[in-house]
Amino acid sequence: MGKLKVAVGKLNFEFPGIVASGIMDETGDSMVRMFKSGAGAVVTKSIGSKPRPGHSNPTFTEVECGYVNAMGLPNPGIDMFEKEIKTASSEGPVIGSIFGGDEKEFAYLASRMEEFGAVAVELNLSCPHAAGYGAEIGSDPEMIVSVVSEVKSSVDIPVWAKLTPNTSSIQALGRAAEKGGADAVVAINTLKAMVICPELRKPVLSNKFGGLSGPGIKPVGVRAVYDLYSSLNIPVIGVGGITCWRDAAEYIMAGASAYQIGSAIGITGPEVFNEINEGLVSFMKEHGYETVKEMVGVAHE
Amino acid sequence: MNNVVKIIGKTRESHDTFTFDFKSDIPAKPGQFVMVWIPGVDEIPMSLSKTGEVKSITVKGIGEATNALHTMNAGDYMRIRGPYGNGFDLNGKKKILAVAGGVGAAALLPAIAETGCDTVIGARTEKEIILDKQAKDYSNNVWISTDDGTRGYHGNAVELAKEKIISEKYDLVIGCGPEIMLFFLHKACKELKVDCQLSLERHMKCGTGVCGCCVIDAVRVCKDGPVFTSEQLDGLSDFGNRKRDECGCIINLR
Repeated sequence: MGKLKVAVGKLNFEFPGIVASGIMDETGDSMVRMFKSGAGAVVTKSIGSKPRPGHSNPTFTEVECGYVNAMGLPNPGIDMFEKEIKTASSEGPVIGSIFGGDEKEFAYLASRMEEFGAVAVELNLSCPHAAGYGAEIGSDPEMIVSVVSEVKSSVDIPVWAKLTPNTSSIQALGRAAEKGGADAVVAINTLKAMVICPELRKPVLSNKFGGLSGPGIKPVGVRAVYDLYSSLNIPVIGVGGITCWRDAAEYIMAGASAYQIGSAIGITGPEVFNEINEGLVSFMKEHGYETVKEMVGVAHE
Repeated sequence: MNNVVKIIGKTRESHDTFTFDFKSDIPAKPGQFVMVWIPGVDEIPMSLSKTGEVKSITVKGIGEATNALHTMNAGDYMRIRGPYGNGFDLNGKKKILAVAGGVGAAALLPAIAETGCDTVIGARTEKEIILDKQAKDYSNNVWISTDDGTRGYHGNAVELAKEKIISEKYDLVIGCGPEIMLFFLHKACKELKVDCQLSLERHMKCGTGVCGCCVIDAVRVCKDGPVFTSEQLDGLSDFGNRKRDECGCIINLR
């Protein structure tokens, strides 16, 4: 499995698969379980300044090609999260996902994450279903520059910017993150979506709309990573609908230095990380790749 | 997984509890649950109290969502997701005792129907005892306990279960009820060296193992559970002690 070691900027991970924010990463024990299942790192649930219950149920529903959710950024607040990070950090690298309403809040949360032992922070600039947060900030390139640069000036750990696909040009968002000094971009967050129940004549989610994740969005994510890789100099981390090693290989060949997995933890289970690790190793053996890095971006050649 | 069903029957079980029957050909095991949408109010996990072609949920009115569910009637549509969770593993067990606390009897009724096992149903007082008549349709021995002695054994369900475990020698105890009751039932089963499988509950959102909000230690109640074996429970430090609210903040159970 040594073949699977990857680097994202100055960070090194044992495996290329990272747990995406919002899935089995709200508690220290859950994160430890994900490391034991073969994840190279874990991105925490997005954490804000105060405890927040998120939207009321229904917050989630299955569709043919994945899930639609509008959790609404539930989280226990940054003060309560110290304990969870400490528990998880003893077993592997933890990346603290944060969401704020402005630059100052992002910078404050990032410095707390650094203090708790996070190896990097991931800025949630892309949640599609929380008023005043996420994509409402991250759809504006100028705001991205401003948030990223403020966070960069307040921490020494790497800063990743997670981007929204609900935009006419994800490359413009990626360039803004790079301009602000981001160490990597993460793409994509969920696609804005809605489910209606015909018999009950209503949108199912309490928030009415939510974000689509899972296998249905994979080609969208692969395209986003491909475009970002060609227009940026910083590493790209791919996420969106990965459920098997072929999906992971697609993202890597599109230009992802590492990838994240979310929905498949529900579809397959935590063991999806180990399964993909094994699949990638045999693919690499058969096709003569010594390292994951050799595969990054080969689809552009 | 998503299913819109029509309610075909509504039965009053007690002063505050109703059973809603609906048809669904999706296979379900005893101990599994569904997420039930109450439009404009909430979506909540409910154990199936029947698991055949006609399925049911048995709802005690304890809050806004369950009280809103009580206003539904035969002919109304209900959107459910599921069934979810592992359910009870009843294979190869010859002599089983089911131990229910209050509305926990609903989650055990399909297992009682499938195996005809002996049953203890306990509650605080007589009017809180539910589903004892239905349990008697399948089981020869249905024993009742009430904390205040208004019906049956005067004491709690765990005390009565302990007496029965000693006198009847069971292979397996299955249980559902308030967590403190289950904590002491687990303890009693260990002392008396009998295997147990207990069905737990936590605040749920996705129901399908994605969001992680219902974890006890590192196990997801919705997907890895809701039924846990005695050995699994031994390793769960949160069991009987802590749960998390919808924000993920810790709440002490005692």
